[in-house]
Amino acid sequence: MTTRVTRLYRFSASHRLHSARFSEDENTRLYGKCNNPFGHGHNYVLEVTAEGPVDRGTGLILRLAELDRLVRDRVLNLFEDRNINLDVPQFRDLVPTTENIAKVISDLLREYWESYVSGASRLVRVHVQETDRNGFEIWVRSEAAKIDTQSEREKVVV
Amino acid sequence: MFITRKAEFSASHVCRLPSWGEDENRRVFGTGSNPNGHGHNYVVEVTVEGSPDPLTGMIMDLKDLKQILEEEIVEPMDHRFLNHEVKPFDRVIPTAENVAAEIWRRMDQRLRNPSARLFRVRLFETPDLYVDVVRDGAGS
Repeated sequence: MTTRVTRLYRFSASHRLHSARFSEDENTRLYGKCNNPFGHGHNYVLEVTAEGPVDRGTGLILRLAELDRLVRDRVLNLFEDRNINLDVPQFRDLVPTTENIAKVISDLLREYWESYVSGASRLVRVHVQETDRNGFEIWVRSEAAKIDTQSEREKVVV
Repeated sequence: MFITRKAEFSASHVCRLPSWGEDENRRVFGTGSNPNGHGHNYVVEVTVEGSPDPLTGMIMDLKDLKQILEEEIVEPMDHRFLNHEVKPFDRVIPTAENVAAEIWRRMDQRLRNPSARLFRVRLFETPDLYVDVVRDGAGS
């Protein structure tokens, strides 16, 4: 039996899908309305899933207050009510598709997990819902504890 | 192939360790440790894995799954104080993790047919917090 706990968080932000590598026409063709010059917003829903042994004493995989603090400090503070293209440094040269947003969030959570979350739990999944109809998720494999090896070990499901 | 059936029950619980002081309980369980308890509208999703029977086209009769959920989960837990009225929560803290594990245990012993076996229990404690119990490693 494997036990996982998933917590949902919400943030609202704006973005514009536009890549400097493409011409204006190509950007319009590729990204459609998402390329409109002034950007647009979403109410994103972030799901964070942890896996681990259930502590026999407390009955918990992790302490929710610790996870909440991690997500608030390292993710929500960065994205909430922001223009992702202009305000979030990770997207200076990265198109803020929800695939990339999920990847950046997963990297941040992995980087800071151990400094916020005590015990034996680990991050296994990040899911970002952009609208009711679009969701993107990343599963973090256990072997991929090191950030520098993550990209080839993660699968992105659209 | 998987089929999922959902059920709901409303119950109260309290998460605290009697051997700990007030501060420690509050630090670990937050307001969930308030001594007189509090309630949730729990939502449970039970997923069964199997292949459809060639004759009936069904993995299992969903009426049967509904009936088992009713008998094992809803009837004993709905409108109850889990710590006081539902075993084993007189001695096991009814965290979402432990309630999900108990639902798994109860459902698993009723779903013994190898062609339709329990695959996942998902328990929503609130719309923003859920626990999955899955067969080892499944899903990733």
